[in-house]
Amino acid sequence: MTRLRLLPILLIFLLAPVIKAQVQEEEVPSDDPVIEQRLQNLSKELRCLQCQNQTLADSPAGLAADLRREIRIQMKAGKSDKEIIAFLTQRYGDFILYKPRVTYTTYLLWFGPFILLLGGLYLLFHYIKQRRDLITEKPLSADEHRRAEELLASLPGKETT
Amino acid sequence: MLRYLIPLVIFVVLAVFLAIGLTRDPHELKSVLINKPAPTFRVPQLKASDKTISNEDMRGKVWLLNVWASWCVACREEHPYLIEYAKSGVVPIYGLNYKDRREDALATLDELGDPYTASAVDLDGRVGIDFGVYGAPETYVIDQGGTIRFKYVGPMMPDVWKEKILPVVQELNRGTAK
Repeated sequence: MTRLRLLPILLIFLLAPVIKAQVQEEEVPSDDPVIEQRLQNLSKELRCLQCQNQTLADSPAGLAADLRREIRIQMKAGKSDKEIIAFLTQRYGDFILYKPRVTYTTYLLWFGPFILLLGGLYLLFHYIKQRRDLITEKPLSADEHRRAEELLASLPGKETT
Repeated sequence: MLRYLIPLVIFVVLAVFLAIGLTRDPHELKSVLINKPAPTFRVPQLKASDKTISNEDMRGKVWLLNVWASWCVACREEHPYLIEYAKSGVVPIYGLNYKDRREDALATLDELGDPYTASAVDLDGRVGIDFGVYGAPETYVIDQGGTIRFKYVGPMMPDVWKEKILPVVQELNRGTAK
């Protein structure tokens, strides 16, 4: 049983020489610490399009490394962060932004939770108010008064017997 | 009565939203380059490495740009079909050999056949960035004026070819006939 479980791993090793690799230049950090810092900050706001749920800063994917290299080149050329973001969105669309832009298509995404919160608060207050209205203090009628007094009077009597 | 209807309505609305969400492939991103001019490139050719190739060379005709690589498994899946499409002569297919070793790329074409009129070499993926490539294979339909008209991400299987690529190509070719 355990031997069977090892089979896929063995297969991977056997097939390894057949699998061709992507050409990936080694990532060379810039010698300028300011650029590296800017890249760090900027790439946290960008999405790796290959893995989609990772930022460009975290992703080990080939495309992410290429984009980081491109960003370094552009920063070195004196481009501002805004210009670089414009460069990327012109090619990959708004999806590359990890934090979605506020446009009419993303209004629901941005403001939906607040609308839900307000709706929930409204319902909560409405409910509490309704409950409170149910509790009304009615003055006791003469008959009820008499019965209450009778009951109270009977209590100490019970204790003595 | 309303008290019982509200949860039902909420459930139905949620179910509809989730059902729509299930049918959508998150890996299929709409290209922003549709109806925009194809990015300019001039890079060496794969087979005739002493010659360069540029999108400008294809001006005046409808052509396909197919992003491929020897390491790309899904590219192998579409490869035999690409050869068929190329043989049909409907539209020339140009390759963009994306981040590939020349010898690997040439070996793949030797083994599987070469559907491409020519392949452009994009060794460092820079042309890919300009085209917004995020995963091979990708296929772009480019018109006579050099404008990108359609993009398909994933292997271009016969159903995709018939239903998505061919209609666009034929429509564009009709445009020139007029």
